[in-house]
Amino acid sequence: MQPITVLETLGVALAAANVDTDQLIPARFMKEPRSVGYGQFLLYDVRHDEQGRAHPDFILHRPSGENAEVMVSRRNFGAGSSREAAVYALVDYGFRCVVAPSFGDIFASNAVNNGLLPAVVAEDDAERLLAALGDSPAAIYVNLEQQIIRVAEVEVSFTISPVWRTKLLNGWDDIDMTRQHADTITDFAARYAEQFPWVAAQPPESALIGKG
Amino acid sequence: MSTPTTLFDKVWRAHEVHRSDSGQSLLWVDRHFVHEGSFHAFNKLAERQLPVARPDLTFGIADHYVPTLARDLAGVGDPKVRSMIEQLSRNTQQHGVTLFGLDDPRQGIVHVLGPEQGLTQPGAVMVCGDSHTATHGAFGSIAFGIGASEVAHVLATQTLWQSKPKVMRITVAGQLAEGITAKDIALTWIARLGADGARGYAIEYAGEAIRSLSMEARLTLCNLSIEGGGRCGMIAPDQTTFDYLRDRPWSPKGDAFEQACAYWSTLHSDPDASFDLEVTLHADEIAPTVTWGVSPEEALPIDRAVPDPDQLSDPAKARQARDSLAYMGLTPGQKLTDITIDRVFIGSCTNARIEDLRAAAAVLAGHKSRVPGMVSPGSTLVKTQAEAEGLDRIFIDAGLEWRHSGCSMCVGMNGDLVASGERCASTTNRNFKGRQGPGARTHLMSPAMVAAAALQGRLADVRSHAVSTDAPVHESGAH
Repeated sequence: MQPITVLETLGVALAAANVDTDQLIPARFMKEPRSVGYGQFLLYDVRHDEQGRAHPDFILHRPSGENAEVMVSRRNFGAGSSREAAVYALVDYGFRCVVAPSFGDIFASNAVNNGLLPAVVAEDDAERLLAALGDSPAAIYVNLEQQIIRVAEVEVSFTISPVWRTKLLNGWDDIDMTRQHADTITDFAARYAEQFPWVAAQPPESALIGKG
Repeated sequence: MSTPTTLFDKVWRAHEVHRSDSGQSLLWVDRHFVHEGSFHAFNKLAERQLPVARPDLTFGIADHYVPTLARDLAGVGDPKVRSMIEQLSRNTQQHGVTLFGLDDPRQGIVHVLGPEQGLTQPGAVMVCGDSHTATHGAFGSIAFGIGASEVAHVLATQTLWQSKPKVMRITVAGQLAEGITAKDIALTWIARLGADGARGYAIEYAGEAIRSLSMEARLTLCNLSIEGGGRCGMIAPDQTTFDYLRDRPWSPKGDAFEQACAYWSTLHSDPDASFDLEVTLHADEIAPTVTWGVSPEEALPIDRAVPDPDQLSDPAKARQARDSLAYMGLTPGQKLTDITIDRVFIGSCTNARIEDLRAAAAVLAGHKSRVPGMVSPGSTLVKTQAEAEGLDRIFIDAGLEWRHSGCSMCVGMNGDLVASGERCASTTNRNFKGRQGPGARTHLMSPAMVAAAALQGRLADVRSHAVSTDAPVHESGAH
């Protein structure tokens, strides 16, 4: 995973609350293999009319919109479905960071697992950033070490869990980290099976279907 | 004396394999469910040439993409949909994972099937790449949805890194009145606290009204925890739980069951345990509730009117309400019972268990629906049971379609969609923009309320469903 330290790039304002993962990627696109590139599906039904024509005024369709790497939005961003495809859509489009007053828990974990920084800012600060960005892609500066975001004269600080910050700064991957604990896991599993023997999944003896 | 502990902490501690210096816990996972969407995770595993660590604790379930018209894979028109179901069969077979596939008589929606088969048990840690995994917490387990990277991690290690959430308790005091359901409890607290009101928290539901709920109703309540932003929802196991679990196919048997019950009986919050947040609702404040907007927090008692954004003092709320009303095609201040509907859907992991179908059928019996609609039972076993009770006849005689089990029109992945601009009264869990199809408008409510809406052709109060069906149907004033 590509580490993040500093982003000096273009940001866009998506001035809406509750941008859920169904909006970030509508369900009908999720049967596609990742290799097709999920960026084309990002916010598809928000960006297009029912005939699939792009809304020219939508922020990502404005000049340089395709180069945006930071999105600023309102509260409860990424709520709802656990679909990691919502993060794939943002990442494949080119986004490295999303800024909002709050995120859906599962979305935020998924983001970090894909090197996308979910930066939490105060609600007032989100409004200041949205106002400073305006309705066109604009320069934005994000510093993960110092946990600050700057747009023109507006500078705000953001929060992120220290664990996630370390992971993103280093581009670490969980599976590699966990496999270092393989022996601890094996020991735990043996102890656990002894203490809670009934948890071991016992397949039913017959093909009985059970009570209704 | 040991420190008073919450239910959540008891289960969490029993699963902590390791705690890192940074405070993250590596948790042992007892049950891992994978559905068709798991292909990304299996691909990640293949890239690293890793096996599934514990195929015996992993269960495959075909639900998100399955057809509901027939159980015939060849009959699935869209080759990409067919391929999703086939990939799950291939991946589970390759790794020796039990599959509840399309043609299995036990097939169903993962969050209905798990409890039904006795796979869901008190004190377990359970995960699935689906946000409604919170459902299983109804048994006193820690159960939550995860993303594809985490699914790959669990497949590879049977563990998961987690930061311990805070714990909140939602107490519902008193007894629910007739016609008030777990769905109404959920929509009421979410409307009050917001769709992110429980973000960062594990929720324990407690109180007299909760203790009186059946297992099915508890599952509905815990299912909706995620709609209020909760990491998971839990209810302490009790005799209702044990009675439900006895003799389920995967439940412990004989002495092992008694041994398990003895442990499960210790899984409750100690009397003096402290919570990071306490919320109390009184059962008599809860009315039959419906959503009017595009977030589950936009919910109101059925006898109210949708908000008028011009009357809202908070500019953020006014802006959100204006946007929601525009998408939903509603007029500010319009009475909820004046909203006409185009169709109904009874299904999903939220409200398609046998009790849900009985509740809807009780309202519909002997009447005709004024709108088309579909019923998709939560599992094939629920379907079989409903047919044995004659409920299928009631739905069919009312003019509704009786389908096979799957996620169906809750998420539309299999092609069961609400048309653009159509308004659907639905027993599902999300009224998000486009959730049931591009441009679809969803109103969430309990099964009996959906049935009442079907009879009236508009949103209706189930408590007065006996209203003559000759009453004029009002135009919604929608634009």
